[in-house]
Amino acid sequence: MNLLLKFWSSSIGKKWLVALTGLALLGFVMAHLAGNLQMFAGAAKINAYAEFLHANEKPLWVARLGLIACFLGHIIATLTLVRMNRAARPQAYVLNRHVQAKISTRTMALSGLTVLSFIVFHLLHYTLRVTDPRFRTVAEGGQLESVFDVYRMVLLGFQNPLLSGFYILSVALLALHLSHGISSVFQTFGLESKRSALWMPKAGRFLSLLIFIGYASIPAAVLLGFLK
Amino acid sequence: MNLHLKVWRQKNAETKGHLVDYEARNIPEDCSFLEMLDLVNEDLLSRGDEPIAFDHDCREGICGMCSLTINGIPHGPSETTTCQLYMRKFKDGATIYIEPFRASAFPPLRDLTVNRSAFDRIQQAGGFISARVGAAQDGNSILIPKTEADRAMEAAACIGCGACAAACPNASAMLFVGAKVTHLGSLPQGQPERERRVLAMVKKMDEEGFGNCSNYLECEAVCPAEIPVAVIGQMNRDYSVALLKDNL
Repeated sequence: MNLLLKFWSSSIGKKWLVALTGLALLGFVMAHLAGNLQMFAGAAKINAYAEFLHANEKPLWVARLGLIACFLGHIIATLTLVRMNRAARPQAYVLNRHVQAKISTRTMALSGLTVLSFIVFHLLHYTLRVTDPRFRTVAEGGQLESVFDVYRMVLLGFQNPLLSGFYILSVALLALHLSHGISSVFQTFGLESKRSALWMPKAGRFLSLLIFIGYASIPAAVLLGFLK
Repeated sequence: MNLHLKVWRQKNAETKGHLVDYEARNIPEDCSFLEMLDLVNEDLLSRGDEPIAFDHDCREGICGMCSLTINGIPHGPSETTTCQLYMRKFKDGATIYIEPFRASAFPPLRDLTVNRSAFDRIQQAGGFISARVGAAQDGNSILIPKTEADRAMEAAACIGCGACAAACPNASAMLFVGAKVTHLGSLPQGQPERERRVLAMVKKMDEEGFGNCSNYLECEAVCPAEIPVAVIGQMNRDYSVALLKDNL
């Protein structure tokens, strides 16, 4: 306990918390993507997957609570750090220039906040299903065959080009956020060396690009009519 | 060459500062940036005005005393200290913004001078070796692998000028502390105090009110000693290991 408190009170400890929770959230992002990509395997496959996830409510809620904890930890630690960083430079430069700071690094707050608002909408949209009356079962006046008719729900949802555009933009910003985050965790954990400093940012960008392509492919495929 | 200067003037820490316009005329392009300021000051003095206060000492790029944020970049556009920056780097007729290094841990003194004693206090917290290591010839009897000697030497090049903290959008001093920790922690003489050192220096760094590293890498870009940002990774590793060992 003493160790954790000491760690949290230091600047490096807070960065560890941001990095650890970020890694856990990255794990979720990849697992969620693997699940979503089953859209391309047909309605039966993804609907069965949805049913499998909900077959046992207990582990599902453990995972959900864990995710919420990571999410809150990530935000609280970041906000604490941001407050310290702001206080560290009370008088701003009149002329402020960057020499080599990357776009992804400079836009972490913007990309993070967009992803946050996206997640809120995404939960309302596909998890709680309060934004679209068609996402109810036929018996309840909607268009889904059952609660687990995920395939049809996603199809109906992404046929709206505005909504699909917002999803694609959000995952693009998520990828931008991750490309900075992935290479930064190595530094925070002290795994960085001069040699690895050369490939880690590339690895971060590559993985983020894959995540972007994976997520964006679903609304794009619906809009282009590959999925119907 | 003729230049338009916008120089930060501030009477002391209690008063607010602001940019004041000056015209620097007939400046030889082989002047260093500090010599250019000397010429401007001579002109100001001849007119009975207050000269611009700025820090300088060795003027040969090794002491770390000169500072200045020139056009938004600490030490200006070349990867050297301000004293090694020459006016030929600028175009005739250019407008140059000259501001002090800005960080809450570097409180303003006057005009372009700030108090960088925070770095001294971090150094005093643990940036030293107290083991008796003998005289100069004894150094040669301690064999050190070339790769480790190189790593220590690279980090030891830090002159503690404070440009890293001044360039960092978070005003973080982690490149400085990382350099000291890597320099001393890479050598056999530094091993006995390695863990104590990193714990004490990071604690002091936090207490002094510096920000945290967000990997902007601006520090590495402006460092006149070309300290690589990998020293921050080294510091993070050493700190985490030391804290674990200290508390288990």
